Amino acid sequence: MRMDPGRIGAIVLFVGLVAAVPILDGGTPVVGGRAARSRPSGAPSPAAAGARADARARYGLKLVDVTAESGIDFVHSAPRLDPKLDHIMPQIASMGAGVSAVDFDRDGWLDLYVVNSGEGSLNRLYRNDRDGAFEDVAASMGVADLNRPGTGVSMGTVWADYDGDGYEDMFLYKWGKSELYRNDAGKGFVRATDALGLPAWMNVGCAVWTDFDRDGEVDLFLGGYWPDDLDLWRLKSTRMMPESFEYAKNGGGNRMFRNKGDGTFEDVTAAVGLDSTRWTLCASAADLRGTGYPDLFVANDYGVSEFFANDGGKRFREIGKSTGVGQAPKSGMNVAFGDVFNDGRFSVYVTNISEEGVLIQGNNLWVPKEGTSGDELKYENLADSMGVELGGWSFGAMFGDLNNDGAQDLVLTNGYVSASRDASYWYDYSIIAGGHGAIIGDAKNWPAMKGASLSGHQQKKVWLNDGAGRFSEVAQAVGYDDLHDGRAVVLADLWNRGALDLVVANQRGPLLVYKNEVDPANGWIGFDLKGRAPNTSAIGAEVRLYWDGRVQLQQVSGGMSYSAQSPRRLHFGLGKAAKVDRAVIRWPSGSERTIEAPEPGRVHKVEES
Amino acid sequence: MSAAARTEPSPPPSPASPSRARAFVRDYLSFNNRYLPPFLITCILLAGQVQYGFLESFTRTLLAIAAAVALELALSRTIVGKWPHLASAYITGISVGILLRSPAFWPYVMCAWISIASKYAIRWRGRHLYNPSNLGVSVMFFLAPGVAAPLSVQWGNTIWPMVVVWIVGSLIIWRLRRFHVCATYAASFVGLSFVRHLLTGEPWLAQVAPITGPMYQLFIFFMITDPPTTVRSRKGRMLVAFLVALVEMFLRLDRVVVAPFYALFLVGPPALAVDLWLRDRRAKPEAKPAPAAA
Repeated sequence: MRMDPGRIGAIVLFVGLVAAVPILDGGTPVVGGRAARSRPSGAPSPAAAGARADARARYGLKLVDVTAESGIDFVHSAPRLDPKLDHIMPQIASMGAGVSAVDFDRDGWLDLYVVNSGEGSLNRLYRNDRDGAFEDVAASMGVADLNRPGTGVSMGTVWADYDGDGYEDMFLYKWGKSELYRNDAGKGFVRATDALGLPAWMNVGCAVWTDFDRDGEVDLFLGGYWPDDLDLWRLKSTRMMPESFEYAKNGGGNRMFRNKGDGTFEDVTAAVGLDSTRWTLCASAADLRGTGYPDLFVANDYGVSEFFANDGGKRFREIGKSTGVGQAPKSGMNVAFGDVFNDGRFSVYVTNISEEGVLIQGNNLWVPKEGTSGDELKYENLADSMGVELGGWSFGAMFGDLNNDGAQDLVLTNGYVSASRDASYWYDYSIIAGGHGAIIGDAKNWPAMKGASLSGHQQKKVWLNDGAGRFSEVAQAVGYDDLHDGRAVVLADLWNRGALDLVVANQRGPLLVYKNEVDPANGWIGFDLKGRAPNTSAIGAEVRLYWDGRVQLQQVSGGMSYSAQSPRRLHFGLGKAAKVDRAVIRWPSGSERTIEAPEPGRVHKVEES
Repeated sequence: MSAAARTEPSPPPSPASPSRARAFVRDYLSFNNRYLPPFLITCILLAGQVQYGFLESFTRTLLAIAAAVALELALSRTIVGKWPHLASAYITGISVGILLRSPAFWPYVMCAWISIASKYAIRWRGRHLYNPSNLGVSVMFFLAPGVAAPLSVQWGNTIWPMVVVWIVGSLIIWRLRRFHVCATYAASFVGLSFVRHLLTGEPWLAQVAPITGPMYQLFIFFMITDPPTTVRSRKGRMLVAFLVALVEMFLRLDRVVVAPFYALFLVGPPALAVDLWLRDRRAKPEAKPAPAAA
């Protein structure tokens, strides 16, 4: 039988195309295509270990786990919720594990506050002893025993000087009864929750301090996760899950509490138009449209992100769709702002879920389009082209110049439920998650987890920015190689050395401190801003640093990244540049100050006049 | 992947040709023509995208359509020697653009090309055996799990969009005389979900949940009903639909996430090959000249 040449050509073409697919995929196909049994991510390979030895020479940094030497022995515990959720408890009780870096006693050294989530478990306040060690002083300061049964459990903290006394106060957000603690001159904390007027119970997923109306007082935004009135320990019904995997609006309500300046707050949520009820996991505030007022970027689980444009401090408008960030629904878990191109504008990094062959949402790096601002602001997602799209089941992520080369790098932690290495829950998750709201919304319809993992044991990401639009992943090589279920990431110069160290809070795992042995050949400069009272924290202040033909924007944040708050002190890497042209500070009030040729290699303390 | 949209030869003009106006109505305004499935799937895509953000962007879907159309033009011209009708390539491209989820662009191009190339490469007795887009996405899910995943979105959080798609889709499929295929498959899936529930002990509603999503609706209305890759007899088509659901059940018991695509991949071509073989066998004796005539 003769076959015509055209047919032979078609066969050759077909075979060639099929053969090219695994090559383009860059890996070996998973047998059966059942990505639910994803490629194991075990211990670092010998090659990675070898690479780590010269990581500093090659990448400009090396991360060394100094947790034990630091005297930190915190291990996060998860809550045990209503027994009706026992069959899926690991995924329901999977949040929390937050950490904040704050100088609570104003001694010039950053301390760490870490939250626990087991009923009766203790939170820790690690005071920096300046000699490499930390000491837990939470009990003596009155902020340890904050997970008492019946009060809910901690998810995270955000810090700001809300009363203008110069000390950072603490808002602890919980699934349950959140708390506000006033810092008593670094000597202790005094409960001030009643001043807030919080609802009796609220399942808060995130919180942000921001002076949204620019009256000089920092206000407090809360993002709700579970419905407000849901007591996860005493369920009336199992119909408490999201009504949809991607369009759910039956989550907790958002709240905005305006600081009245007399030590009390008022709930202005409805008045300012923030009464959304999506499943919020992270939010952050920054002047993204160039209006002078901080906008709110909100990452929602089971839905689209929201962009609340601040109209002169009077009202917020949700413009997510028109900016492009609110089009495709995903599982938003993180918001981080970073000037990735050194062009004086913030890009926004939102983390989502990616699991081989099952669900590839991809993380989003929303980069503002050239020439757009104000209400015409448009973003495009460049996560794929810049190499920061796939991060597994991603949680906290944070920008910072890890190698002081002058470009903002990105650290991401991930992993949802690490249990059995041989059993995956992904198949079960995929069938229920694709179902209609009538099915997915009822916990009793969810298959039992039976000790299976769900995107567990995942390798973390350290993406180094080459400054030209491309990130390279080097986590294993530089030493961020644990496989815990990471939640919160903080980048902070813990020992005032001019290097950003890495602190990671892990769910059902240890708090890890990685000391950054940065290449000393690269320069750096820091700014410690003190705003005019009452916002002495200078929340919302921006610094534009001009050097070597570049300009980089950073801001003092009142809460950024999942369950985390990085320090108020701003750290800039300078690369090989010997000098800085100038630093332009824009205070929250709108006034500006320019510092000509600030000296590199030290932290500049600047006070608003 | 669609009913009535494939590039099967058009029937010869009848001796009693209708008027030009009637021909226009038949070709372009009739409910039952080859443009209907592409039109329907385009409407579903647009509605899903506008209302629910089905796609990350239109770019990838347009890329898949362009890749499918371009290769169809090239192969048809060079191999068959004539310009093809593009409804088939369009529907393959749009199907790939909807069913495949990937952060990268290349999977959309490769999937579309593999789908189209298969029509010219894998043929038996003058027919292509595989549903092109089913083969394309199956190859991608199997060989590129790192960047390719199935459609996972839902019809919002209310029941109405789902109901509307079921009703409209069913009416169209009814008109196209393939409703029995959809009904058999859906009923089999639901019944076998109960079997899976009994075997695994997991909630029945969890087992039946996938069929409530858009991916299954596209699969049911546009893939398993595809005339060029289905068998000729009504009973045969119903048997094949049941077998697809049965194989899918076993794949699901083995926790394969993309079970429906693999099931059709495994069942469809052998069924069609057997059907063609049987038809050929039956036809051959009739084709032989009668002894008396010799």
